[in-house]
Amino acid sequence: MSRNTDSNQYTILFAIGMVVIVGSLLAFTASSLKPNIVENERMEKQQNILYAMGVNENGDNDIVFVSTDKVASEFSKYVTTQLVLDAQGNALEDNEAYLIDVKKEQAKAKNGGTRALPLFVGKKEGQSYYIIPIRGKGLWDAIWGYVALDEDMVVQGAFFDHAAETPGLGANIKQRYFMDDFIGEKLLSSTGDFKGITVAKGNNDPKNLIKDDYEVDALAGATITGDGVSAMIKSDLKLYLPYFKNLKNQLN
Amino acid sequence: MGLLSKKDIKLITDPLADNNPITIQVLGICSALAITAELKASLVMGIAVLFVMGVGNVVISLIRNIIPSKIRIIVQLIVVASLVIIVDQVLKAFAYELSKTLSVFVGLIITNCIIMGRFEAFALGNGPWRAFLDGIGNAFGYAVILLAVGFFRELLGSGTLFGIPVLGDPIEKTGLYATGYENNGFMLMPPMALIIVGLIIWVQRSRNKALIED
Repeated sequence: MSRNTDSNQYTILFAIGMVVIVGSLLAFTASSLKPNIVENERMEKQQNILYAMGVNENGDNDIVFVSTDKVASEFSKYVTTQLVLDAQGNALEDNEAYLIDVKKEQAKAKNGGTRALPLFVGKKEGQSYYIIPIRGKGLWDAIWGYVALDEDMVVQGAFFDHAAETPGLGANIKQRYFMDDFIGEKLLSSTGDFKGITVAKGNNDPKNLIKDDYEVDALAGATITGDGVSAMIKSDLKLYLPYFKNLKNQLN
Repeated sequence: MGLLSKKDIKLITDPLADNNPITIQVLGICSALAITAELKASLVMGIAVLFVMGVGNVVISLIRNIIPSKIRIIVQLIVVASLVIIVDQVLKAFAYELSKTLSVFVGLIITNCIIMGRFEAFALGNGPWRAFLDGIGNAFGYAVILLAVGFFRELLGSGTLFGIPVLGDPIEKTGLYATGYENNGFMLMPPMALIIVGLIIWVQRSRNKALIED
């Protein structure tokens, strides 16, 4: 066979042919799998929200979400109200608030628009949980999470996840021993100022027994990811302060 | 003739020791440094590379006679990238949990120089069956080193193996920690992976003088 594979003409034709074949193959795969992927992501959001309020099947050290076949019924059972807030803390009910893309809302705020703030109110064993989605930057890519608070903005549960943090280092924000450290930490000072929670190196509290220092113990080798967690807690949870002030006034 | 001739078996066993992709060919160092802080990540990366190398080498080998040599690197890159993306999408649709674990590795697989190196050095000049054996052989060789490095880094850096504590609890000071032993936090940093790989190369070459270059 004496085809000249070095000629320019052949090279260009080959390149075009390859782009068309590979492109359509990828496009076909992506579009035919899209419904499944969207459904998986929707269920994952519900699982994450339930996880943050303590509805999960955790063992001693592992993280086990409620299973995918139960998640819809558990979600409607425990999450009683879904709200969308504006910057003043006024709430509107919206039963699909959990589908709001925090990334898009953050971009809106950056471009001078108004950001819709989703908030999920859950009830479990008589206690109310206010679950807030947050999103920020880690070392390589996005990190995000769900934080469950009580009326006083004391953390009742937290779930963090990441797109591409380093396995074994930054990726450990997804581990129980890191996420559970947040439980019981306060966001507000005794006078009601917003303090946030800092992921701190050398806070001399590795067992995390001190719950009013506004700090949790950092992860070794994951400084920038940890700083990203601190930053997203400060910037995103602060926006909900007006809502909690209103809530407090109503309850009193 | 059996399925595996002597030469074929050598294709698999050579990369495990005397022609190891990491310690001898010095390919794939970047990912060996990046993800070996724990054993589980090493194992997942090893399996992922095994799959991509096996399939990728066969695909390249099948089209080796029609690839224009001027753009062969681009063609190889596209084959790897599309393979990895398709696998990632299929996992996202049907094994979502698994895909979450793997997602971090997708970029690392595409840029892994072992894959491009073996395409270029072997698959372009050999038939599909031999290319397949070469692919999985090199992936095994890569995985062995990854696991060795991961073992030492996780054990000395975190005191765990596969996330299970084996040396006691560093906070409660039980087990080995009761005697004053401390985890070496530096083990979690990429430079220590480089040092461990260097030590492995040293041991290997001191045992087999034929590997020492002039």
